[in-house]
Amino acid sequence: MIPESERTISLDQLPEEGSATVAGVTVPTDAAERTLVLRLLELGFVPGERVQVIHEGRHRRDPIAVRLGHTTFALRRHEAAFIQVTPSA
Amino acid sequence: MSIPSPALPLRIALLGNPNCGKTALFNLLTGSRQKVANYAGVTVERKEGVMRTASGRRIKVLDLPGAYSLNALSNDEAVTRDVITGHSKEALPDLLVCVADATNLRLHLRLVLEARQLGLPLVVALNKMDRAKQLGIVIDRALLARELNLPIVETVSVHAHGADALRAALDEPLRAAPPPHWKQPDVEQVLATQSDVLGIFNRTVTSPTTDKDPSIRIDRFLMHPVWGFVVLALVLFITFLAVFSGGDVLSGWIEDGFGAIAGAVEANMADGPLRGLLVEGVIGGVGGVIVFLPQILILFGFILALEASGYLPRAAFLLDKPMSAAGLSGRSFIPLLSSFACAIPGIMATRTISHWRDRLTTILIAPLMACSARIPVYTLLVAALFPDDAMSAALVMVGLYALGIVAAMTVAWFIKRSDKHAARSPLLMELPAYQWPDLRSLVIGLWERAVIFLRRVGTIILAITIVMWALYTVPSPRDNGRSLAGELGHALHHVFKPIGFNEQISFALVPGMAAREVVVSALGTAYAMDGEEDAVKEQLRERITREWPLATKLSLLLWMVFAPQCLSTFVVVKRETGSWKQMWIMGGYLFALAYLASLITYQLTTWLTAS
Repeated sequence: MIPESERTISLDQLPEEGSATVAGVTVPTDAAERTLVLRLLELGFVPGERVQVIHEGRHRRDPIAVRLGHTTFALRRHEAAFIQVTPSA
Repeated sequence: MSIPSPALPLRIALLGNPNCGKTALFNLLTGSRQKVANYAGVTVERKEGVMRTASGRRIKVLDLPGAYSLNALSNDEAVTRDVITGHSKEALPDLLVCVADATNLRLHLRLVLEARQLGLPLVVALNKMDRAKQLGIVIDRALLARELNLPIVETVSVHAHGADALRAALDEPLRAAPPPHWKQPDVEQVLATQSDVLGIFNRTVTSPTTDKDPSIRIDRFLMHPVWGFVVLALVLFITFLAVFSGGDVLSGWIEDGFGAIAGAVEANMADGPLRGLLVEGVIGGVGGVIVFLPQILILFGFILALEASGYLPRAAFLLDKPMSAAGLSGRSFIPLLSSFACAIPGIMATRTISHWRDRLTTILIAPLMACSARIPVYTLLVAALFPDDAMSAALVMVGLYALGIVAAMTVAWFIKRSDKHAARSPLLMELPAYQWPDLRSLVIGLWERAVIFLRRVGTIILAITIVMWALYTVPSPRDNGRSLAGELGHALHHVFKPIGFNEQISFALVPGMAAREVVVSALGTAYAMDGEEDAVKEQLRERITREWPLATKLSLLLWMVFAPQCLSTFVVVKRETGSWKQMWIMGGYLFALAYLASLITYQLTTWLTAS
């Protein structure tokens, strides 16, 4: 698959109600953040999966609730930023 | 040479993601035949029970803490990993039952694959099969079993016969298994497993193209930026209203019951030290504490039901940002809410917070949430402050709760500021599908809480009340007309005089250290009033209203808001944090806060009322 880099944004930039397909994750160097990203992968934020932002928090639109398959996850924008997605047209 | 007969499982363990319905399944399998304790060295709750297989064999079932992965992020997950990889003091289970939510297989299959790698005998329980059918999810069970190369049974943990297939599967002979081995996976291995999961999932599960989960529609309202908060406020209001009003009625009955017992003992026993011990020490003391059982159970009932319904993570979502202003995350909400019942389960509930600093902060501030043991002392003092004004009394009660919350958030904010290099804490949590709480699990959960509370009353609180009674009865060796208790109160009085406490209060604080609830009965004993519980309270309130200056009443109220109390909390903090230092930090800051608040209040009020 050719990465469509110009269309890829991080999940925290996806607007409310916006759908997208996971393109990949950024693996950080910091150990604690690496563990977090590993957990995101284990929860299913892997390339090819469809995601949708279904809620945003009241203050600075943080945290967000993301629908992934049959599961909803709450995460802060800081965590969502590790996930790269391709927004659906 | 004899051929060894194939071994049957004797000890099994239930493994599964959080929210897979594992505990409901455990409750269905074992009923009331379960034992709750802690794993060696940690306060993670260890639940074990006995069940019968289809052929009637009795086997032991261990309900492991919920885990998304063996690559543990929290204490809970670490315990689960250690038990099934043979790295704990627990005996290795003969067989693992991996419970997977049939409505959420995409997520739960991964743990099945991870568990399969261990090499232990494994049975997969596809739980919530009824829900899956309702949602139009079709699972090719035979194909799934072939793909996984594992036996699969279907279960419905909320139906009486929902575990029959599992009971039958547990009579199958075990195959020999090598000792389990587990290595922490790296990113590539996690991706490889996920790709296997996706392959199996796509081949065996057909889901409707439209997401039919009603939770999404419910959340439009319950997680709405405005209505969500309105509902949350309403939920909390109803909870506390039920605790205070419902609890009052039931507590009244318990009080009457103990009053009747005391009366019967007094009528049938000759006056003497033994009667004194029984009536004032045992019946008065223990009865004075048992009256809180309804309030504690009502609060726990609400918390357990809200948790089982899936609502609490939503509340945590709504409160994440406000709490992050104080340096916490929404994850601290559930432990702090539980702390209103009792700080101990609250502190234990922090074990799901993976971020250590967040967890420590939550533990340190949990005692500032007004636990139910403080209710009687608050009630007594507030009634003495406003004898004829129920409205003001109610407002002051609300104010005391609010003061604790504000203080907790302020302390959390200071802890955050003191640690400049702190990494950002993650929120990352699942918002599970809404469901009706399982009644069986609710009843078992409440029963457990009641047993823990009554055991505490029967041991530590009973012992304290007897010792206290003895201290009041035995005269001082210095022969000055004081009892031993009087001597102690006299000595402590030097410390507490600046904050306006008299000798009776000073002494009552000593047993209060062990259990806050006994402060009221200790004051009663200190003023040497006998009679049944109700009468003691009435006389005590009159004397307090009449004899204590306003400044003393206010000062003691503030003391009760902040003071470090209840030794059990100290013990739990030490065990949870594994550090004496953190325990003393908690005790120290709470004492300083309490002393300072009472000092300012007392001196200021004295000065204002004098001028």
